[in-house]
Formats: sequence, structure tokens, C-alpha cells
Amino acid sequence: MRATVLVRPKGGILDPQGEAVERSLRQLGFEVGEARVGRVIDLEVDASSADEARSQLERMCENLLANPLIESYEIELEEHSA
Amino acid sequence: MTERRPRVAVLVFPGSNDDRDAAWALSAVGADPQLVWHAEPKLPRVDGVVLPGGFSYGDYLRCGAIARFAPVMEGVADFAADGGPVLGICNGFQILCEAGLLPGVLRPNQSLSFVCRDVPLVVERADTPFTARCELGETLTIPVKHGEGWYHPPDDFPEEQIVLRYAPGENPNGSERDIAGVVNADGNVMGLMPHPEHAVDPLLGSGDGGLILASLVDAARERSYSRAS
Repeated sequence: MRATVLVRPKGGILDPQGEAVERSLRQLGFEVGEARVGRVIDLEVDASSADEARSQLERMCENLLANPLIESYEIELEEHSA
Repeated sequence: MTERRPRVAVLVFPGSNDDRDAAWALSAVGADPQLVWHAEPKLPRVDGVVLPGGFSYGDYLRCGAIARFAPVMEGVADFAADGGPVLGICNGFQILCEAGLLPGVLRPNQSLSFVCRDVPLVVERADTPFTARCELGETLTIPVKHGEGWYHPPDDFPEEQIVLRYAPGENPNGSERDIAGVVNADGNVMGLMPHPEHAVDPLLGSGDGGLILASLVDAARERSYSRAS
């Protein structure tokens, strides 16, 4: 099953990378609001159901993919893989 | 009588690059350092552990995030739980945080730039195994060199776990509350971003880092005597 994990700096956590991106975009003439920079992890999960895949992915996020102190995560599953 | 040289492990991860400096410096202040490869299933019999600086596992994902799963880390956790002194320097600090042996996390510097310079540090606690040779309130000069040293403590992180602070106006990375070094609640695990192993000889700018390493060596020696008796 294909999955995508989105990891973002938590709300309220200062994100200097996002601020730098925002400043650069403005210099290019784009009128953007707040930018935040996170990361995307695409992976293949071996699971027999979407529920099982989701619970595995949650454990992956809690144990490795995100640091819960400063990052939040979001899991997207490509469920139509029959 | 010559004092016993306690054995202190210096862990070596793929990408560690201050392991030999740490071993050299520990030896200069009276330890018998032993380099220990990260894949060792067990921590050898030692009385102190140092996690050195570097870029373990290329800093992939987050600094220290992968290194904490190294086989030897289980032995380090047991050693720490048994009260043994564990010191993490720079990348070692990042690893200890990711491993949950220290609270908080280290983030990319607020400036987004790598910093490499001597910084003045204020000793906030002189009663830990890592600062016993320092005076409370003393200023130490020790170099930093890192891209990810902005310490972000958990909410309500207690003041008494702050051991070293960057002197006023000298914070090189945006660390909250100017924190440069912290200990765990039990006081036997410490992490700091500055590199004491690069400051053990006045010829190289400062000998102040020697106070921290020598304090650790004292603690390790004491542990080796109590283990022997």
C-alpha cells in the first residue's frame, strides 16, 4: 500500500526556514503570507488493511518520522490498490 | 600514589568526527578512553560514556534520529539508568535527546547558518558530575561548531536542569533561555552543544573544556572505586 507522510513544524513553533522562503518569495514579487517548511516521506507499507497500515504508520511517526515535541504529522493512504 | 585511570567509552557512529579528539582529550585529563563502535551489541565495562560530535548517519531525517537505534545505545540506556555518567557533546547531545535520555530537541540554528567560534558560557550548576571542577557563576570559554544547536526544551522545563548558559548576548543559535547544556532529572546524563574536547590546552585558545571532562573523569573514577569495593 502506498502512503505519504507529511511532517510539519507544529503551530506556534517558530520556523526560520519558512520565514526565509517567505522573504525570498516576496523578493521575487509574489505576495505571499506565512510560509512553513516541512517534509514529505513517501513509502510502501506492507499491510492487509488500511486500518492496519494506518496504525503502523502512526507508530512510525511517533517513533522516528516526526519529533512530537516540535512537529505534527499527517498520513495519507492510497487505498485503491486492488 | 598515582590515581587510577577510569575507563571511559567514546562511542563511534558512522559519521562521528570528534571521537578521536574526545579520546585524546579524555586521556589528557586522566582517563583511559576506549573507542566503542556503534554496532557493538553490548557496552563494554566502563565507568563513563561520551557520545562525541559529528554527523552520525549523515544527520538524515533529524540530527541523532537514526543514531539512537544503534545497537550499543541499549547498553548506554542501561548504564544511564544505573546512574553512570553519560556526556553527549554536540551531535552526542542531539542523539541523547532523540533517544529520550535527555528532554528537548535541537533544531536548525535560528540564523540558518553554521556557527563556528569560541563562546563564553556561564556555569549555572557546579554540583553535577560534569561541572564539579567549576565554580558556580564562572565563565568558561569553549568553542561551538554546529548547524543545529537551537535547544528547544519541553514546556515547563525546570531551571535546575540547566547546567550551562550562553553568556548574555552570546547565544550563537537561538537556544531558548540561552541554554547551552542540560542534565536529566537524575543529574547523571548531560548534553551540551559546545565542544569541551577542543578546549583542553591553553595553547589552542582555552583550557576550560578540560574542567568539564576532568569532572566527568573524577565521577568515573569514583564509580570505578565503588564498583571495585
